[in-house]
Amino acid sequence: MKLTLNIWRQANQQAQGAMRTYELDGVSEDMSFLEMLDHLNEQLNEKGEDPVAFDHDCREGICGMCSLMINGQAHGPEVTTTCQLHMRSFKDGDTITIEPWRADPFPVLKDLVVDRSAFDRIIQSGGYISVNTGSAPEANNLPVAKEKADRAFDVATCIGCGACVAACPNGSASLFLGAKITHLGELPQGQPERWTRVVDMVAQHDHEGFGGCTNIGECTAACPKEIPLDVISQLNKDLRTAMRHGL
Amino acid sequence: MATPTLIKGGRSTRSTIALKLLMAVTGLVFIGYVLLHMYGNLKVFAGQDAFDTYAHHLRTFGEPMLPHKGLLWIIRVVLLLSIIGHAYAAFTLWARANSARTSKYVVKKAVAATLSSKMMRWGGVALLLFVVFHLLHLTTHTINVNGDPESPYDRVVSSFQPEQWWVAAIYLLAMVALAMHLRHGVWSACQTLGLTNNARSRMRANSVAVFVAVLVAGGFALVPLSILFGIVD
Ligand code: HEM
Ligand code: SF4
Ligand code: FES
Repeated sequence: MKLTLNIWRQANQQAQGAMRTYELDGVSEDMSFLEMLDHLNEQLNEKGEDPVAFDHDCREGICGMCSLMINGQAHGPEVTTTCQLHMRSFKDGDTITIEPWRADPFPVLKDLVVDRSAFDRIIQSGGYISVNTGSAPEANNLPVAKEKADRAFDVATCIGCGACVAACPNGSASLFLGAKITHLGELPQGQPERWTRVVDMVAQHDHEGFGGCTNIGECTAACPKEIPLDVISQLNKDLRTAMRHGL
Repeated sequence: MATPTLIKGGRSTRSTIALKLLMAVTGLVFIGYVLLHMYGNLKVFAGQDAFDTYAHHLRTFGEPMLPHKGLLWIIRVVLLLSIIGHAYAAFTLWARANSARTSKYVVKKAVAATLSSKMMRWGGVALLLFVVFHLLHLTTHTINVNGDPESPYDRVVSSFQPEQWWVAAIYLLAMVALAMHLRHGVWSACQTLGLTNNARSRMRANSVAVFVAVLVAGGFALVPLSILFGIVD
């Protein structure tokens, strides 16, 4: 099929960017969205033009690197990552607008590539448990109730892709934050640092310049891992408890 | 701006979530107040005596333990402090949301947002303007003064006559804004207070929000509507 692509081009972090239009022929519906961009880049290379920079790594929906705003939706029209989106979700003659995640804490480095290290710093500020490493402990020593294990596992599927921030009208990272807080908060290993963790991670989130949540729900609709809104309720509840502890 | 630093000594009370909690708690104060206010207004249907006596009792409530109009002043102070806190949190978070995305998308699709959720900020400003108008109208009698100043019932009924339909129109529009603010606000407050930790409680919070919105706005709207259409005179 034949497509018209409107793509954000920006030479580097300081440069002024702009949308550019490309006509692309010979796209198969079996291509993934990233393969379609590879196809475009081959043509740009042949013409001696600078290829479009975009992030990707695993291309199997688990690393969270791929990050494109496609026709106004984070990761495009399906509930999946950009790398798992296929061109059969589009049709011949379509115009597709491709932009980078837009949030000031995620500065654009080049074209469609943004710097998501703000998420790494949020994790660094408390998204871990402190344990002495050594040989693996006996699994049955630490019983975890089925519902807690299930919830922790479900929210641990968050891959830190940042689609929640990209989709949020407030530029808030509350869904990501809530997923991490809920994941560790449901497990016994997460308890000792539970209340300082939530305070530190929220403080880092705010410090990075992310917005406040107004519970609109665009994040969960965009999330490729379908992290539910109740992690934000859990986040708020944990912060309120930390407040009661005077933290 | 992204700054590659880890901050130390964060405080729960200094967070964006603390601002949301302030907004939720003051919002609940408003809900309690509008429910009582609506109940009082519906006394219009019990006739002039019942309505005016109720208004009089509001002023003498708690005497002699409280001074004359004591309860009224307590309520006024609580509401004033609440609106200051609520608006402060709203405007602070509004500014923060703007600076979290200074470059806008060329194309952005909203797939989950309700109309009410998108109207919270401007709708809140509209409600604030309405509250000012309402106070100038029925508390200080600065706007549209007519009716017997000694009878609140008379003032209400003469205000909503069809000859000056615009007064009723302002009130009815404000009730649409209030319904929308409560539709999203009640749900959002449940989230902020951490009461919606699973899919069922989320659905319940949304149903309660719609119920409260319709109940409050509908209850208030009945009064100007029935006067406009001559059911109460
Ligand atoms: C200065 C005028 C006002 C502004 C700018 C304003 C703005 C807002 C905003 C931005 C929210 C948060 C919405 C969200 O989380 O999506 C909110 C929540 C709320 N507002 Fe207002 N509002 C105003 C006046 C009022 C009034 C007069 C009432 C009462 C009738 C009210 C009742 C509520 C309630 C119950 C909430 C829910 C609290 C929460 O979100 O946790 N607001 N308001
Ligand atoms: S919560 Fe979902 S959208 Fe947000 S970072 Fe995690 S996987 Fe991505
Ligand atoms: S490239 Fe790894 S999730 Fe898409």
